[in-house]
Amino acid sequence: MTYDVAIVGAGVVGGLIARELSRFDIKVALLEKCNDVAMGTTKANSAIVHGGFDAQNGTLKAKLNVQGTLMMPEVCEKLHVPFKKNGSVVVAFSEKEMEHVNELYERGIKNGVPELSVIDRDELRRIEPNISDEAVGALLSESAGIVCPYELTIAAVENAVTNGVEFIRNCKVNAITENADGYVLDTTAGDIMAKYIINAAGNFSDELAKMVGDDSIELIPRKGEYYVLDKSVGNLAVHTIFQCPNEMGKGILVTPTVDGNLLIGPTALNIEDKEDITTTPEGLRDIVEKALKSVPIVSTRNAITSFAGVRAHPVNDDFIIGWCDKSANFLNVAGVESPGLSSAPAIALFVREILNEKLELNEKENYTDTREEPVRFRHMNDEERAELIKKNPAYGRIVCRCETITEGEIIDAIKAPAGARDVDGVKRRTRAGMGRCQGGFCGSKVVEILARELGVPMSDITKFGGDSKIIYERTK
Amino acid sequence: MENRELVCVACPLGCPITVTFDADGNVATITGNTCKRGDAYARTEVTNPTRMLTTTVKVEGGKSYVVPVKSANPIPKGMMMECMKVINEASVKAPVNIGDVVIENILGTGVDIIATNYAD
Amino acid sequence: MLNYDLVVVGGGPAGMAAALKAKENGIDSIIVLERAETLGGILEQCIHTGFGLHYFGEELSGPEYAGRFMKMLEGTDIDVKVDTMVLDVADDNVVTAVNKKDGLLKIQAKAVVLAMGCRERPRGALSIAGSRCSGIMTAGTAQKYVNIDGYMPGHEVVILGSGDIGLIMARRMTLEGAKVKMVCELMPYSGGLTRNIVQCLDDFGIPLKLSCTVVATHGKDRLEGVTIAKVDERLQPIPGTEEYVSCDTLMLSVGLIPENELSKNSGLQLDNITNGPRVDEYRETEHAGVFACGNVLQVHDLVDYVTEESQIAGLGAAKFIKGEKVTGECVYTKGINGVRYIVPQRINHDTDADVKLYFRVGAVFNNAKIIVECDGKEILSKKKVKLCPGEMEYVTLKQSVIKELPVNAEITVRVEA
Repeated sequence: MTYDVAIVGAGVVGGLIARELSRFDIKVALLEKCNDVAMGTTKANSAIVHGGFDAQNGTLKAKLNVQGTLMMPEVCEKLHVPFKKNGSVVVAFSEKEMEHVNELYERGIKNGVPELSVIDRDELRRIEPNISDEAVGALLSESAGIVCPYELTIAAVENAVTNGVEFIRNCKVNAITENADGYVLDTTAGDIMAKYIINAAGNFSDELAKMVGDDSIELIPRKGEYYVLDKSVGNLAVHTIFQCPNEMGKGILVTPTVDGNLLIGPTALNIEDKEDITTTPEGLRDIVEKALKSVPIVSTRNAITSFAGVRAHPVNDDFIIGWCDKSANFLNVAGVESPGLSSAPAIALFVREILNEKLELNEKENYTDTREEPVRFRHMNDEERAELIKKNPAYGRIVCRCETITEGEIIDAIKAPAGARDVDGVKRRTRAGMGRCQGGFCGSKVVEILARELGVPMSDITKFGGDSKIIYERTK
Repeated sequence: MENRELVCVACPLGCPITVTFDADGNVATITGNTCKRGDAYARTEVTNPTRMLTTTVKVEGGKSYVVPVKSANPIPKGMMMECMKVINEASVKAPVNIGDVVIENILGTGVDIIATNYAD
Repeated sequence: MLNYDLVVVGGGPAGMAAALKAKENGIDSIIVLERAETLGGILEQCIHTGFGLHYFGEELSGPEYAGRFMKMLEGTDIDVKVDTMVLDVADDNVVTAVNKKDGLLKIQAKAVVLAMGCRERPRGALSIAGSRCSGIMTAGTAQKYVNIDGYMPGHEVVILGSGDIGLIMARRMTLEGAKVKMVCELMPYSGGLTRNIVQCLDDFGIPLKLSCTVVATHGKDRLEGVTIAKVDERLQPIPGTEEYVSCDTLMLSVGLIPENELSKNSGLQLDNITNGPRVDEYRETEHAGVFACGNVLQVHDLVDYVTEESQIAGLGAAKFIKGEKVTGECVYTKGINGVRYIVPQRINHDTDADVKLYFRVGAVFNNAKIIVECDGKEILSKKKVKLCPGEMEYVTLKQSVIKELPVNAEITVRVEA
């Protein structure tokens, strides 16, 4: 089977590109080296839709951020992914920092950011009651919001697969050769032929480009560590609270998440090993110290988990999107660090336009741009719940008690297009195991349901693919 | 024979007990205990230590894969791992009731292995 | 809408004992709602022995102890619904629950007993640095895999926390052929029973490392090892004492937290120390007719005490339903100087019986005295050869003594070392 387009990497960028391309009458494969979508940078970042005032005027980052953020509410609505336009503030703690805030304001206006204003101490305190007394003012960006990046990716890929895109997991590309018909990708899932390759391999996009002789992509892996706090303190911040940015990024933020938790982080540390997603004692300490500067009542006593992600920081400080110089039909979408999530919908459109320069794209007849809304038992009222269980009793069994997730929802997550194959996949799709007990009770239940639905023994079920086994052989 | 240092488990106090032996290897003195139960514990512990053994055994033809079992009485401490081997080779047919004898007189100890839960 | 005199939330040892006691005291319509597929709660997976020495005077395994109560329940007309999850307990004592068979259930109760038990503290609460690999689990999760599902959760094990569940799992894993490398305990003493240290660790040569913790986990997919370190008096890791230990499994036995989401959602204030609702001598919470008992109220050391406490709650609920329960002005209890908390937090001044004050201490004390005072006056004292944080203690206040205290008085309990 020869595909017209092989997209390498099922992060938020690859996922939204797949969805965009699924509108057209072409054969598209989405290749992912892991056992699920959204396993790289996408699953471990700040989950922020930025206003778009950070990036320098005239950069791709500036253009795609502003455009992507404008597109985000509609994309989320169509994919039934929660999006909240909670706005963001960049807080100044001195008059000198206020100057910086004013600069950001000017830059934002030039970038075309809507709903941007500079507010004083009193206004800041009014809209953000727990802000530090040291704050003197802030830049308020009301178009900014929060979204769950992996939920967006999961939904986008589901939508794409429903429209005919083939999702191939555990498919790591080892080598690429070119012939008269196009490319042959030598992968851990066998050889895959494609006329065009879209390189959305995130931290590995430099390595993928090298496989076609392109060594122009220079990335620095940059690690960021985070704490997730319990929902009981999710309301400590209303807006996404930034401090003034520095050369390593936007600094430590304090933000609510769409699910109602509080997220603090990230640190920013350049590292050697791009797969190093370990948290460190120093990093975790650093987060708390700096977060306290913005919101003095934050406490890790309410921490439910911590995590780290690696962003691909491009040396030239801008997204790298365009045809590769060394290989005709190889399209790079690399160096997509922050504001990558915000930009992703716009990147998908942009990539489609670039691809369209060479490949004819005709719309399909039966294309749908919406994803069916998943059942969310926890958001229903009693009547809806009663009705639902009557239709399918599996929704009458609560598996995860912290988050009130039913067996029915877990089965849905497994059976969905590009559905869950492991415990973390179920967790990301349903929130089962994401609450206070972190799967202490429901973890083994989820393993049991996965094994039953996939028709394999419990010992075959992993946490996130690979060798991440949860249990081993029978005791007897 | 060397002295034996023990921590008494007869109650939560956890008295440190020292047992000394005479030339024939018999218990000579027991010190450190604060009650008679401590003396008795130390004496048994150095002469013939025993333990309750609890584990599971495989169930045949039931919904459960295993059912919990225990030794009906304590078995010699040194035989625990050997008994585990025997139990791991055994199986019991569903349905199982609490108290059902799963293995009689395990390894000639005179102690039965009995089920401690239901399994169907 | 269904109607019951008493709805019991949770069918573990606490719920079963409360329901049975209420029945014994003349309550006709009682229903027990249990989320798991069987009654018994966590006892079902606690296959070791050591249960029931106080209550039954014999040494039973967890399932045997639970089994006795199940048998007693079978002999009554108490209704039981398993596989049923309670979602809400409203102000007017309407209980909302779901299950596969009945769908959404609404039950109007005259009284409710909360007996949801507790859960284990997960890793997140500890902030151990490192990767998110598999192989890190609570001791209880591992216990379920081994004892109920019949699977090995690992082969080379490090256990963090020397509470009884951790110790029990050290032996359990060893018996099943795993290599348990060590048990690390943050505190300078173990939180577990001496008997368990001897019979679960010493018997198998498993080292117990006190004042020691896990500071990092290693491994990309499955756990490959942990870094342990000694801690100072402030429980902070001491730089330079780090040691790498290879293992494929890290089991956490680092504390239990009462499972009070339902209680919180229904507006009950929780005690800062116990993390359970605040109750009176019959375990009635601040909501009239809502009682709490067992590990949802305070984490117990022995199931026998859970049974005892739940019988008090069951009796209280029965009295409440019959309109016989004393409710009025109270005296209040408070633990100070080494006593971490007291249950019950308040006692009705006109109470109709003697009241046991349960508590735990915050450190190990030898040859100490427990002193109960009110308004600077000693009303009771009790000598103890040894007090440990791992064990629940109690003192009994005579009804006659309580009656003589001023209304709203504060009773303090302290340790004199």
